[in-house]
Amino acid sequence: MMKLHEHQAKGVFAEAGIPTPSSQLATSVEEAVDAADSIGYPVAIKAQVHVGGRGKAGGIKLAEDEAEARSAADAILGMDLKGLTVESVLIEEAVDFTNELYVGVTMDRSAGKPVAMVSARGGVDIEEVAAEAPEAIVREHIDPAFGMHPYQARQAAFKAGLGEVATDVARVLSTLYDLWAAKDATSIEVNPLMVTADNEIIAADAVMNIDDDALFRHDDLEAMEDEAANDDLERKANQYGFDYVRLSGNVGIIGNGAGLVMTTLDIVDYYGGAPANFLDIGGGAKAERVANALDMVFSDENVDSIVFNIFGGITRGDEVAKGINEALEQFETIPKPVTVRLAGTNASEGREILNTELVTVEETLESAVQDAVENAEGTN
Amino acid sequence: MSVLVDDDTRVVVQGITGGEGSFHAQQMIEYGTNVVAGAVPGRGGETVHDVPVYDTLETATTEHDANAVVVFVPPAFAGDAMFEALDTDVDLVVSITEGVPQQDMARVYRRLGETDTRLIGPNCPGIITPGQAKLGILPGNIFESGNVGLVSRSGTLTYQVVDNLTQRGIGQSTAIGIGGDPIIGTDFIDALALFENDPATDAIVMCGEIGGEDEEAAASYIDKNVSTPVVGFIAGRTAPPGKRMGHAGAIVSGSGTGTAESKIAALDDAGVPVGDTPSAVADFVEETL
Repeated sequence: MMKLHEHQAKGVFAEAGIPTPSSQLATSVEEAVDAADSIGYPVAIKAQVHVGGRGKAGGIKLAEDEAEARSAADAILGMDLKGLTVESVLIEEAVDFTNELYVGVTMDRSAGKPVAMVSARGGVDIEEVAAEAPEAIVREHIDPAFGMHPYQARQAAFKAGLGEVATDVARVLSTLYDLWAAKDATSIEVNPLMVTADNEIIAADAVMNIDDDALFRHDDLEAMEDEAANDDLERKANQYGFDYVRLSGNVGIIGNGAGLVMTTLDIVDYYGGAPANFLDIGGGAKAERVANALDMVFSDENVDSIVFNIFGGITRGDEVAKGINEALEQFETIPKPVTVRLAGTNASEGREILNTELVTVEETLESAVQDAVENAEGTN
Repeated sequence: MSVLVDDDTRVVVQGITGGEGSFHAQQMIEYGTNVVAGAVPGRGGETVHDVPVYDTLETATTEHDANAVVVFVPPAFAGDAMFEALDTDVDLVVSITEGVPQQDMARVYRRLGETDTRLIGPNCPGIITPGQAKLGILPGNIFESGNVGLVSRSGTLTYQVVDNLTQRGIGQSTAIGIGGDPIIGTDFIDALALFENDPATDAIVMCGEIGGEDEEAAASYIDKNVSTPVVGFIAGRTAPPGKRMGHAGAIVSGSGTGTAESKIAALDDAGVPVGDTPSAVADFVEETL
């Protein structure tokens, strides 16, 4: 799932005709101050990272003048927000609002169809609202064969008690659904959708997540992917085309198939280790892909040991073994100890190919994980 | 006995001339599956592994009186291929393709509701009745004919669990990979109902993972409707919220739904033992039998 940054999503919204505050992106304090001067005070200075509760964590500040803009930009740029470094800020006109609403469209997976949502209780964590007062969120399921009928958007807005602004909100919601469908979004949200004293409506925040599997038909969005990634390892994973998630432990994990890789993480935890990552090389991987996977995990400085767990269906054990050998033979000394477990298609051939001077070969999932956990502990 | 597929299943492979389609059609045939035809637009009149290929799926299924279709069509075209399959009168469609856009699948799912066809997948390894037929990419050699029904959201995890069972001499009646996507044709409850009604299935293994609420729904279904003993496994106990763990469907939402804890607790409440590891699952199955 590709998450657009707020400024990227707002660009998409503005193009579709949804009102957004005037804003500029800045990557340095000087740029930020210049942007604030040209927009006019007061401004909001907002960290562009994918972290829930940005505001509470200090990632959003208001500035009344140039001096405040300077100190706010200086404080936010480069700050660590829940493990992510802030590389850019959005400088935005501060909207004088009287009310904050919520609108969104997402896939209801249990119903197998999209659902549009409207609430008069925007501006706070909508999941908290959903938990405390589910009736405060009006839901309207949409038939994907027909799209959202205009009446559905109106009905949702009126049921949410939006009164005077209901038809305007309905128009925004219809546009959001059209964007959701046209851009292959998995979810799209405006929280808050601000209402001003003279009943103008403005999208003050923007969330847009795109289905990775549909990026092939959206060149414009695909071009945003690198910037949308949060760190260098995730960018590298995008380039290699791996499903990769970085975690906080020190046991690197490589495997084939999401369920088996998740299970390997769980078993690392079960034996007292801490997983450093999730990396799925997918089905049918050849030697080069295997070598790329090792390169990926070696380049994570948190990793102290690696476990390779392959159960071959369409993936062949001999190909995996060749890739592991090739990747490791280029080193004078192996950077981090590697434990390999091969099962399934051509596993015995693979075990014969593996260079046991470079890797430890284990027969079972459990013994391989235990070995890697011990190796990781030994380095601390 | 078995569920959904057996010696009498007559299979058309959609996309049989492609790399994956051709390779796995051959593997299916070698396993003993009755592959009667292939369908690829523009390739009608050719043969692949002695199987005749047709330009349209409808001709292939009609000419050969087929009752099942396996879809090996690239993701960009898989939605269209599933519509084509649902418009024939086969009983079973198995879609192996990984990476089908979610919105394409939402439209297929909507159409599925208007038909009597069973769809398995997409993004799944398929279905196998050991010794009789396999439709999909499961490695046949690890399976053994027996009395344990298996249903799983994940392919390689299925192989791991099956391997643990087979190595202890515990065979399988039928194994169904339902797929790791958020929207799938056959869910846990469908598969549990099939196994519950199969006299040859004496125990059921259900392998779930984080994301969605299908495992919780299955647990409450088991509590009310399933008398066959069930053993569970849930992958993703260590998955952090908000991160998609490979499968499009495997994600714990920010509000904490879809967690492994919630699924394990629901299964516990339904009296389903949940193994901490795949070999612990095999231990439970052994005790049950």
